[in-house]
Amino acid sequence: MTAPVTIAARNVVKAFGAGASAVRALDDVSVDIRQGEFFTLLGPSGCGKTTLLRLIAGFEMPTEGQILLDGTDISTLPPNKRPVNTVFQSYALFPHLTVAQNIGFGLQMQGRPAAEVKATTERMLALVKLEALASRKTSQLSGGQQQRVALARALAPKPKVLLLDEPLSALDLKLRKEMQIELKRLQLETGITFVFVTHDQEEALTMSDRIGVMSHGKLQQVGTPRDIYVTPVNRFVASFIGETNFLPGTTVAGGVKLGCGAVVDTKTARNGTVTVAIRPEQVRIVAATEAGAIPATVTNLVYFGTDTHYHLSLSDGAEVVARQQSGAGEDMLQPGTAVALRFAPGAAQVLED
Amino acid sequence: MSAAEDAARRTSDRNGWLLSTPALVLLTLAAAGPLLIVVVYSFLSPGEYGNVVWNFNLDGWRGILFSRDVFDDTLVLADAHLTIFWRSVWLSILTTVITFAVGFPTAWFIATRPPRQRTLWLFLITIPFWTNLLIRTFAINEVIRNEGLLNTLLMRTGLIDTPLQIIYTDTAVLIGMTYVYLPLMVLPLFAAIDRFDMRLLEAGYDLYASRWNVLRRIILPIVKPGIIAGSILVFVPSLGAYVTPRILGGGKNMMIGNFIELQFGQGRNWPLGAALSVTLLVIVTVALLVYVRFANKDQGHG
Repeated sequence: MTAPVTIAARNVVKAFGAGASAVRALDDVSVDIRQGEFFTLLGPSGCGKTTLLRLIAGFEMPTEGQILLDGTDISTLPPNKRPVNTVFQSYALFPHLTVAQNIGFGLQMQGRPAAEVKATTERMLALVKLEALASRKTSQLSGGQQQRVALARALAPKPKVLLLDEPLSALDLKLRKEMQIELKRLQLETGITFVFVTHDQEEALTMSDRIGVMSHGKLQQVGTPRDIYVTPVNRFVASFIGETNFLPGTTVAGGVKLGCGAVVDTKTARNGTVTVAIRPEQVRIVAATEAGAIPATVTNLVYFGTDTHYHLSLSDGAEVVARQQSGAGEDMLQPGTAVALRFAPGAAQVLED
Repeated sequence: MSAAEDAARRTSDRNGWLLSTPALVLLTLAAAGPLLIVVVYSFLSPGEYGNVVWNFNLDGWRGILFSRDVFDDTLVLADAHLTIFWRSVWLSILTTVITFAVGFPTAWFIATRPPRQRTLWLFLITIPFWTNLLIRTFAINEVIRNEGLLNTLLMRTGLIDTPLQIIYTDTAVLIGMTYVYLPLMVLPLFAAIDRFDMRLLEAGYDLYASRWNVLRRIILPIVKPGIIAGSILVFVPSLGAYVTPRILGGGKNMMIGNFIELQFGQGRNWPLGAALSVTLLVIVTVALLVYVRFANKDQGHG
């Protein structure tokens, strides 16, 4: 990607409280978010992702470091002076205004002429398909409709960056799926840079151009959904995104020797005790007799319809989960069956712990 | 509907009326009855030693705006009465505005404290209510009179040479009423601000609103019900205030309440007093109707 950087964080530290009791919500975070990108901050609650969003919005000031917008330091600019708008988790729609008045609010505050406010509001109403509800009060809307109003309200002033703070968390599953598609459509249509905060890894994987995985106030890894999923840099990223088997081992020439004695073909610059991560779908179950495979015993199985999760134990007692696509006619392996495992080539990752 | 159902409905209707009889009797005796007596009295003639004589005429009502010339018995506009009306309305409006100006930041401050502190602050606000109004008013008197706390302090510090004449002026009445009615403004405002979703402030700032616009376009419209309730609670008793203008305003700076009292006391003109009472009621009602209509209309069109 060669698009210019729109929002950048430079060694940002945010501490709450003072002295010894201070909590570092953000600890030396640096990240570049490019123009027109759908960038997701992903992490468990309390990891600092919302704090980073609030720093970009201007609701908080960094304790150290800078927030840059198009290369200019905006760290101390108040929120009403930043060309950045937010879709709040609670939506925070103005209850005393109609849908159209909510959408036009930002434009009015910017002092745009009434005709422009009206025209833009109408365009936004059409964009989120709420033309019919323009004169309703927001309290008369459903959750999904309120969500659309919040989106239209934040998009109307044409911000350089749109910040979305877990906007879908209050919606039920079906509506959430619809809104995910809707959000992606709006982002493509408007070309605005989206910074999206979520703790839902599936949401992050399906919608984002790039993901920043956060934990304990630090950015753990930044990359495309595929980078993050296929080559997680550490145990946290590997376990937070998707399911993963972790197998302890030691480095030997040409790979890592697992506890059970089998050697996994993999490249690593590390030495000594390491952890090998392998996704369940990269584990293939083969016949116990197959040469070179790792012997294992089926301990349990869970049927999910499209696929089946087999829980297997290796000779040293290590647990491995293998995900097999459910075939139509195949018999399922029963607990106690002796089998063998093969890892898909290149699928095993050696993690820094 | 079948005949049986119809009969059942009629029975339940009758029972409903029967059950509400105590309330209706009470309302008639306590509210409508006295009001009716006042209205009737306003059309009678004053008796020699107070009371009324049953002689229907409009003198009481005429007396509100006009007085008979001592010499030729012609009706002339009673300037003094108009002054009293005007002072009452003006002081009540000022009291409402000042209690709002002081009460809004106070209510905001309380509503944004942590819950435990909030209870303490509300408690402090309501403490004056535990004391008799008369005593509170005399306390204000003690502060603002010529040899009182305020003047002594100012003169000792050398800021003034002669005491400020506050007591027995409209200003004194205003200070007293503001002090007495402030809690009535703060409490409904607090209730409204307490319900206000503070996250809307961030939404406002995020959408380019200045602090002033956040206050004007978001906070005030949303807490408007509290402002209306507080204004009514302050304005209505201010208009009929009796004790405060009597003690702090002296004999000269009368308000409607004192003027009415005068007619039932020394003036021995009960019909005029009754007519004045009804007038006060009408002024209050009209003021409220205009205010509420104005407030709601504003809300409707944002």
